[in-house]
Amino acid sequence: MPGAIYAEGLVKTFGDVRALDGVDLDVPEGTVLGLLGPNGAGKTTAVRVLTTLIQPDSGSASVAGIDVLKKPDQVRRSIGLSGQFAAVDEYLTGRENLRMVGQLYQMSARDAKTRAGELLERFDLGDAADRIAKTYSGGMRRRLDLAAALVVSPPVMFMDEPTTGLDPRNRQGLWEVIQELVAGGTTLLLTTQYLEEADHLAHDICVVDHGRVIARGTSDQLKARTGGERVEVVVRDPEHIAPADAVLRGFGKGTSTVEKHTRRVTMPVSGGAKLLAEVIRELDGRGIEIDDIALRRPTLDDVFISLTGHAAEADTDETDETDETGGTNKTDETSKPDKTGGTSGEPGAQQEVTS
Amino acid sequence: MSVIGSPASRAAALRVHGGLGRSVRDSLVVAKRNLIRMIRIPEVVIFGLIQPIMFVVLFSYVFGGSIAVGGSTDPSTYRQFLMAGIFAQTVTFATAGAGAGIADDMHKGLIDRFRSLPMARGAVLTGRTLADLVQTALTLVVLAVVAVIVGWRIHEGVLKAVAGFALLLLLGYAFSWIGALIGLSVRTPEAATSGGLIWLFPLTFISNAFVPADNMPMVLRNIAEWNPFSATVQAARQLFGNLPEGYPVPAAWPMQHPVWASLIWSVLIIVLFRTLAVRKFRSATA
Repeated sequence: MPGAIYAEGLVKTFGDVRALDGVDLDVPEGTVLGLLGPNGAGKTTAVRVLTTLIQPDSGSASVAGIDVLKKPDQVRRSIGLSGQFAAVDEYLTGRENLRMVGQLYQMSARDAKTRAGELLERFDLGDAADRIAKTYSGGMRRRLDLAAALVVSPPVMFMDEPTTGLDPRNRQGLWEVIQELVAGGTTLLLTTQYLEEADHLAHDICVVDHGRVIARGTSDQLKARTGGERVEVVVRDPEHIAPADAVLRGFGKGTSTVEKHTRRVTMPVSGGAKLLAEVIRELDGRGIEIDDIALRRPTLDDVFISLTGHAAEADTDETDETDETGGTNKTDETSKPDKTGGTSGEPGAQQEVTS
Repeated sequence: MSVIGSPASRAAALRVHGGLGRSVRDSLVVAKRNLIRMIRIPEVVIFGLIQPIMFVVLFSYVFGGSIAVGGSTDPSTYRQFLMAGIFAQTVTFATAGAGAGIADDMHKGLIDRFRSLPMARGAVLTGRTLADLVQTALTLVVLAVVAVIVGWRIHEGVLKAVAGFALLLLLGYAFSWIGALIGLSVRTPEAATSGGLIWLFPLTFISNAFVPADNMPMVLRNIAEWNPFSATVQAARQLFGNLPEGYPVPAAWPMQHPVWASLIWSVLIIVLFRTLAVRKFRSATA
């Protein structure tokens, strides 16, 4: 039986850009799928197709068991959408915004009013409820936008980069809301550029790049694909780099990496914490002083680099995927200069790509 | 109980409304939203008033003495003649308001929000045009008061005058649908404003609004006499009793039957542009 969100062979092109190039998705009821990828990967386009905002060139999709292309109006009754840009009317108060959305979900005026009150309290907007949204902070607007998406407690939620641009406190708060939602049985599709976020929230992750799903699985499965854990040692004395490297080679399986300027030696290993203790004893026994030692598991950042050959946030050659009118002369404001390896790209990861 | 979790509590809240009932209800919800915005951003309404008032004063006192209508160069005759033209031009400015408002909603992502809701498809646009209709009516009231102050009068009774204003409002409503289509077709609110205004100038000037069409070159004169805008101006003038004595009514059909012509044109514009705008809305993306 197909999941609460199901898509098969979705293709959508804007001019020359294949925003979606044959995407399949299957999200079981009550779980969270993280759609992970850089700007322009096709995440937003996928969400727009599934929420009935655009029609795919080919492929099929269903949400809550309802065909997205044949019965869009029924799909809209069962979904909530919280976008990248907080879509609230800034000249209405928080309360007026939620009441309007409730009524447009076809609730009675009275139900919409009650529901608006509940949500404002739940999202800590009670004090600001009767102020116009223009006076809200970024975090408050985002909470209001999310509250609007939850007016009817839809069984299926779509959140397009919900925490982009939020400060850590607001992000944490949003994560808690998402966890509460899922605990209540909601199915969620979440797009994010933050690997940490997908790691933290999603049961399953689809890594997308250039409109294709290039990998899928749980966070652990994806990390396992990247080649497991490794030991990192930072020695105090540059003279000790070579002996430390020799020690690590005795424990490792594969090629070590040496970074002279940071006095760091990295070695892929297997054996966990027990092995780490042995490494420390051996180094100590040979009189090698260390500043830092750690057993590192691969991050999703490593996964991304190993899958795509570039860091998650360093995609430059795509037109803005939110430009649906044909991809003409609109520049991609969000892409950042290409930085090979990325800041969080661990030195060891690059090697693992080729192995 | 958790406020946000439980999808099970949801279904009861969703009452399915029938097609027309839902359209009307959703349109009114959106209209209310737009009216609240107008109250909170009064500058828009105020600027919308200043321009027509300026036109009344400028045309009355600057051009008034030099323009002869119906063989009379009496400035007060021209003032009677002029007002229906200014009223009609004012109602067409609703085009820019509707266009800019909808383009702004697109830009801010609100149109996406609306399109993801189980609401009637045309309601976002209908709600906007209805709110613009209210604004246009308010503007007309103020403008009529100013017109009375500078000497404008009705001569055919209140009922006919009301009918004249109703035709003007219908024209304004029709033009706000043109604005809706423009708003959905451009990328920025600024483009919608200028895109909603530039073509209004030739349209309202190649007409009988400010001067009789008789003295225009033949081509322009034909355009002016068949211009939908001229039909409403002529109809309002007739219903207000503002046609000067001895004013030759052109032989063109819309000028001979201005009330019918005005109605037909306005309804045609509404049907055509509503259809196009709603179709555009279905596929519109920010």
